[in-house]
Amino acid sequence: MAIDKIWVVAEATEAGPTTITLELLTAARGLASTVEAVAWGTTTAANAAVLGEYGASTVHDIGDIGDALPGAPVASAIAAAIASGAGPTAILVPTSYDGRDIAGRLSARADLPVLTNITGLVGGDELTTQHPIFGGAQIVNARFTGQAPGIFVVRAKSFAAESAGGAPAAVSPLAVGDLGATNAAAVVTRHIEERTGPKLDEAPVVVSGGRGLGEAANYSLIEELAKLLNGAAGASRAIVDAGWVPYSHQVGQTGKTVKPTVYLACGISGATQHMVGMKGSKNIIAINKDQDAPIFGVADLGIVGDVHKVVPALIEALKAR
Amino acid sequence: MASSAYIELMNVVVCVKQIPDPAAPQSLEPGTNTLDRSGKLILDDSDAYGVEMALQLAEQAGGGEVTLVSMAPNDETSGLRTALAMGAASAILISDPALKGADALTTAKVLAAAIKRTNADLIIAATESSDGYTGTTPVQVAELLGLPSITFAKSVSVDGSSVKVERQTESGYDDVTSPLPAVVTVTAGVVEPRYPSFKGIMAAKSKPVEILTAADLGVTTGQTGQEITSVVEAEARAAGEIVVDEGDGAQRIVSFLEALKLV
Ligand SMILES: Cc1cc2nc3c(=O)[nH]c(=O)nc-3n(C[C@H](O)[C@H](O)[C@H](O)COP(=O)(O)OP(=O)(O)OC[C@H]3O[C@@H](n4cnc5c(N)ncnc54)[C@H](O)[C@@H]3O)c2cc1C
Repeated sequence: MAIDKIWVVAEATEAGPTTITLELLTAARGLASTVEAVAWGTTTAANAAVLGEYGASTVHDIGDIGDALPGAPVASAIAAAIASGAGPTAILVPTSYDGRDIAGRLSARADLPVLTNITGLVGGDELTTQHPIFGGAQIVNARFTGQAPGIFVVRAKSFAAESAGGAPAAVSPLAVGDLGATNAAAVVTRHIEERTGPKLDEAPVVVSGGRGLGEAANYSLIEELAKLLNGAAGASRAIVDAGWVPYSHQVGQTGKTVKPTVYLACGISGATQHMVGMKGSKNIIAINKDQDAPIFGVADLGIVGDVHKVVPALIEALKAR
Repeated sequence: MASSAYIELMNVVVCVKQIPDPAAPQSLEPGTNTLDRSGKLILDDSDAYGVEMALQLAEQAGGGEVTLVSMAPNDETSGLRTALAMGAASAILISDPALKGADALTTAKVLAAAIKRTNADLIIAATESSDGYTGTTPVQVAELLGLPSITFAKSVSVDGSSVKVERQTESGYDDVTSPLPAVVTVTAGVVEPRYPSFKGIMAAKSKPVEILTAADLGVTTGQTGQEITSVVEAEARAAGEIVVDEGDGAQRIVSFLEALKLV
């Protein structure tokens, strides 16, 4: 079946639609003649201009979901639209905490399979998906064989967001289906971790530290270096699990995908699950004392050396300029 | 499954996956292009956290049982024995050649049908498996069972008839509560998994493992609705310059950044 209408699950924060939402709208424009968004919360009308600018002609508004998690209500609304014949031929969902909930619930509710960890979509009569495996060394191409719509869960930074200069999207209400007990979880309090400087997934320079730093206190070197380069500080999962830095710093398969101009890996071995989150960086610099560390396989500049020497020297050199 | 009354004994089901050792080289099976699972399978590290969490919650509630539910294409139980040795009471293994290459939704249907046979107050799973990392199966299970779910838990506690979770978010975390029964997915680090004791390992050998087929559970197999069309090598990055630090490492990095006009 030709792909004529794509729905994009559109997440938003107080600052407006998330970057990945705009990336998915941009991608959808190149794949289908009609692109529409599905949104929830109290800011949908305010976001209609941006959603339209990036290509959505209509935004289906589920409305305020109160303190509920989005998974159940959003999935039920989309499933009801599909059941009534008013659904799309493909649904693009962001790989995010709520996006994965929505995709999973929708899949079960509408009895449709789901493809996840997508980093590329090729259009035509049907959509072909691309999924990196083994740390991005190989790409799996896949497709849906059954009934439409397919549910495509796409990773951040798979596409660049580009404005189409479109008119504001028309806002159209979308009713939530019967939820039973599925919607019983409620958010009681939200905790926002303070972070200064550019966001990890948007910074032009990312300086990441790993277990090679030796101890938690040494992470301050990574932060100082990141600051000197107007960048963001990242981390491998090893030091996140060890409690040295919050999870929001994690780069990789279960963390953030970053594609900065320069990624500087300090004391990180280059496990496949780390590489999949940073291999798309334009330039990669690695400092590791083990010349056989896999990270050197993707590095444009590799320094075989001790982070405890090279990083402080680098900080001094930058400060001296 | 349990009904949502005040819970005195905490019965927890943990969905666990047995996977090829991630430390060993991985490969795809020619022909099917699915991950080669023919070797020895071990308990997915990601699931050790869920097993530990479940054991601690049952202990804190003053009693109750931890039951494992797992799906594997062959009669593999070595990963289950690890979790039984940690302290789980019993396991249900759905083992069926017809489930080889099953997609996430089929897997969820199988797990949900098995969980229905238990008396679960709480169902715990990892946020995603280490080998397939689809990351949707637990929520699909929740939807199939008509239950609420809280994903990405970095802390879990149970209080009477409700579960409280610190759920990771983009900007920090949320406190989220849900009545039981519910599905919770846990992240690595939610608790520190215990090592099985010698006594635990011995006891695990005689703990009950019920082996079922998809047909026993009334789940239709063989339709995944998706297929792999090809597997290709990713574009390799051009080889870089790797140099041993002779005291000039920092300066080389500065020059590299200068060329990019970043300093
Ligand atoms: C399902 C799953 C998901 C995962 N997701 C992620 C993810 O999202 N992100 C992620 O990062 N990981 C992830 N991992 C973990 C990953 O497999 C690795 O364990 C982790 O990336 C290793 O972190 P590391 O490189 O800091 O530590 P290590 O692998 O221990 O490497 C430390 C490195 O530091 C070097 N070193 C030591 N001392 C020095 C020194 N003085 N100077 C210079 N170098 C030194 C060593 O040579 C070594 O190469 C995941 C794993 C699984 C199973």
